[in-house]
Amino acid sequence: MKNKQDYFEEISEIRSIMERSSKFTSVSGLSGILAGIYALVGAFLLHTIAGFRPYGILESEADLSGNEWGFFFIGAGVLILAVGTAVYLSYRKARILREPMWTATTRNMLFNMALPLLAGGAIVIVFFSYGLVGLLLPATLVFYGLALYSAGNFTYPEIRILGIIVTVIGLLAFSLIEYSVLLWAAGFGLMHIVYGTLIFLRHEK
Amino acid sequence: MVIQNLHKAFESRIRLGIMSVLAIHKELDFNSLKEYLQVTDGNLASHLKALEKEAFLGVEKSFIGRKPNTRYFITKTGKLAFDNHLLALEKLIHAQR
Repeated sequence: MKNKQDYFEEISEIRSIMERSSKFTSVSGLSGILAGIYALVGAFLLHTIAGFRPYGILESEADLSGNEWGFFFIGAGVLILAVGTAVYLSYRKARILREPMWTATTRNMLFNMALPLLAGGAIVIVFFSYGLVGLLLPATLVFYGLALYSAGNFTYPEIRILGIIVTVIGLLAFSLIEYSVLLWAAGFGLMHIVYGTLIFLRHEK
Repeated sequence: MVIQNLHKAFESRIRLGIMSVLAIHKELDFNSLKEYLQVTDGNLASHLKALEKEAFLGVEKSFIGRKPNTRYFITKTGKLAFDNHLLALEKLIHAQR
């Protein structure tokens, strides 16, 4: 007959399978921290090199000094680096823990993030084409926040709260265009670092 | 008497795993189950068959395009047996404390 230890192991295995199959647990706290650092550097470059100091929503009020492409490349650079880091570190975490990463839960999570992200991407392009550059940073914050909020159902609950915070910061940035670079640095930079650290401490130690 | 509730069908870890995953997701196809449990095709198939034989699992066959797609779900009998098994496990742990 099996002893208590066996039964106990059996129960904890059932629990872990249930949790693994309902949550995407390969989120890496470190990738959040790194994404935050990229965003802080990006915001700094935006302010200094691209000279982005908006005091209104129109291009003429953004003081971009004809540097739209600098603006574009900094934004794209931060995005690509952040997503690349997140994918790589999630993959690494899943491999180290010998857990499957590409599961129905992962697909569900990405599917639920896709709508706000695609809608946000489309709106950002529309704003850009109208020359409403002052609205770009607030819009990225709001839609990214909404994407995190829907992803929160499929991963650690902290992600959901992060989503709410980023969305609120984005809405604030819409009404305080002059401070939108600063708020963007807070939302994408600071908050990523805070929540990346939180996830690392709570779930990866 | 508690031991009776420990169902023989659940002695295998993989079968227990199948039931655990399907308790969370109402319905899954073969490949999704395979991903979650990290087992080989043949292994999974034989355990699924065993659970199906006990009438713990229901099977729904359909086609996605030309590819056959088999989806598995827990039947009422299966849910009852799994719940009882969990309860029995818990009781055993408490009893031996």
